[in-house]
Amino acid sequence: MPTKPAGTLYRGREGMWSWVGHRITGVVIFFFLLVHVLDTSLVRVSPEAYTAVIGAYKNPLMALGETGLVAAILFHAFNGLRVIAVDFWKKGAKYQRQMLWIVLAVWLVVFAGFAIRHLSLALGGH
Amino acid sequence: MTTEMAEPASKIELPAGVGGGGEIPTFNITLRVRRYNPEVSEEARWDDFKLTMYGTDRVLDALHKVKWEIDGSVSFRRSCAHGICGSDAMRINGRNRLACKTLLKDLDTTKPITVEPIKGLPVEKDLIVDMEPFFQSYREIMPFLISKGHEPTKERIQSIEDRERFDDTTKCILCAACTSSCPVFWTDGQYFGPAAIVNAHRFIFDSRDDAGDMRLEILNDKEGVWRCRTTFNCSEACPRGIQVTQAIAEVKQAILARKM
Repeated sequence: MPTKPAGTLYRGREGMWSWVGHRITGVVIFFFLLVHVLDTSLVRVSPEAYTAVIGAYKNPLMALGETGLVAAILFHAFNGLRVIAVDFWKKGAKYQRQMLWIVLAVWLVVFAGFAIRHLSLALGGH
Repeated sequence: MTTEMAEPASKIELPAGVGGGGEIPTFNITLRVRRYNPEVSEEARWDDFKLTMYGTDRVLDALHKVKWEIDGSVSFRRSCAHGICGSDAMRINGRNRLACKTLLKDLDTTKPITVEPIKGLPVEKDLIVDMEPFFQSYREIMPFLISKGHEPTKERIQSIEDRERFDDTTKCILCAACTSSCPVFWTDGQYFGPAAIVNAHRFIFDSRDDAGDMRLEILNDKEGVWRCRTTFNCSEACPRGIQVTQAIAEVKQAILARKM
């Protein structure tokens, strides 16, 4: 009975999925930086155009996007420190899993703090 | 087949229903094997086999039962069948394992058990892959003792501490479970891969060896240790329990320490 023709996904554990997350957030941050460099460089071309573009960001949809961006940057930053520790700290490889839980815990605390303040400012009026 | 030997009468009185061959629990499993035969079709497919197995059986025993009793065309490698030769690395339920070291009772027998060839190496037939790219990388790191100076008349003496330094990486059986579990190796076949680095580590940190610098230079390559993204799949996959990612990190540190 031939079923699905495709192969299965490799069932890696915490290390593999943190790497997948690191990759995805890395690409997201890259595209943000691309747009960010472009919109910021507009100020040299025409300050009016710059103001118009930055002003266009002031809407709820962009606020959600910014929240997502901060979530990605925070994960990439904290997990990046974990990867450095794995490479250069003698016991890094041994405690990589514990370090991932620490990364996620710190991420949750910092992100929750940011999200509450940012979304209440952006969506809750003044 | 029919010559059944009668068991010698037991000297111990056992109550009926205790002892004998029927003691081991049996259970039914579905073995889902990834099939590929380029002479028939370019498409791979899944074949399901329903088997009754014993609690002491391993995935390799299930494969043997299929090959010997149901479908002789199922192809896989195995040699010693006891976790020493490293021939039967395959992807069992999505993870690289040795078929001869994976007990069926440790897997979820309520669902089909999937068996696929290891990833990242060209499949030749069913579960058999072309190991040549793997051994090519292995040869490139020079996995043999290189020493300068005169050959000693006696053995090359080494302290217990010096031997301990690379003990973990001497355990490798070259089964390729680590290299073919590495996401970097799947997409970049040029990467040396964990197994080659493990075997380089075994000589780099051997006090009797004099070619450590040469091996570090080889692994300092673009496709060397720096391709490692510390996903830890290799450490999870190793049937000998080698701390592969740790070994790779030690080689990375040795390259940097040497540069300073």
